[in-house]
Amino acid sequence: MSNVRFGESPGGLVAYLSGEIDHHSAQMLRQEIDARLQARMPDTLTLDLGGVSFMDSSGIGLILGRARRMNALEGRLVVQHPPRQIQKMLDLARVSYI
Amino acid sequence: MKPVNQAQVTFLSKSVNESFARGVVAVFLAQADPTLPQLADLKTAVSEAVTNCIVHAYPGTLGQVTMKLALYEEGLVKVTISDKGRGIPDVKQAMEPLFTTGNPEERSGLGFSVMQSFMDNVRVTSRQGRGTRVTLTKRLSPRR
Ligand SMILES: Nc1ncnc2c1ncn2[C@@H]1O[C@H](COP(=O)(O)OP(=O)(O)OP(=O)(O)O)[C@@H](O)[C@H]1O
Ligand SMILES: [Mg+2]
Repeated sequence: MSNVRFGESPGGLVAYLSGEIDHHSAQMLRQEIDARLQARMPDTLTLDLGGVSFMDSSGIGLILGRARRMNALEGRLVVQHPPRQIQKMLDLARVSYI
Repeated sequence: MKPVNQAQVTFLSKSVNESFARGVVAVFLAQADPTLPQLADLKTAVSEAVTNCIVHAYPGTLGQVTMKLALYEEGLVKVTISDKGRGIPDVKQAMEPLFTTGNPEERSGLGFSVMQSFMDNVRVTSRQGRGTRVTLTKRLSPRR
């Protein structure tokens, strides 16, 4: 089970992800984030992973796919607040985070 | 070597069963008293192997996925995940980082790399049209 809530930052959209991100839950997250991106066209999309309790490579696919979308919009993607276990996954995939 | 304990589950290749498989691993391993990072590593590797059966082994159809769990002396854990799906034509290539035959919009080709980095050993055997078996082993080093 996973969930996404949206917030604002100056010129940007923040997606607060929580719960377990796997292939099953990533499908729903992808749809919700992309629908919001389409409506808002932000300069920056921030994915906040602070509430994520589990993530496998399906989450990496989700992140890299959104990064590609932001590039196409000439914007950028920021990944923030990953818990320790999820940092291991991001490091392996060479995804940078703050 | 004889296992101290052993269990086996078979389930349909539905994505909702990815979290089911992780849950089974956690419940089975509770008797071995793993640390939280050790348990997270095992759940992640199992999630990769099970997801591969669901995404790649049975494209467009449903099939059976079997997960065998075994616990040996001194905290050695062995998990075998097998399917009877389409198989992998070139296992060596499939295990290379970033290699994927999936939709590149969704898949990163990192599943096997994750299994290898989170486990002590990963063994893959596959036959085209017959299925694939992934064996994951990890020793739960004693708590400090
Ligand atoms: N059980 C399986 N049956 C058939 N093919 C498989 C199986 N497992 C893996 N493969 C093949 O091996 C490739 C690499 O698998 P790997 O898990 O590394 O990456 P992926 O699943 O494509 O992407 P990701 O795991 O990052 O979402 C897959 O794209 C697929 O072609
Ligand atoms: Mg995979």
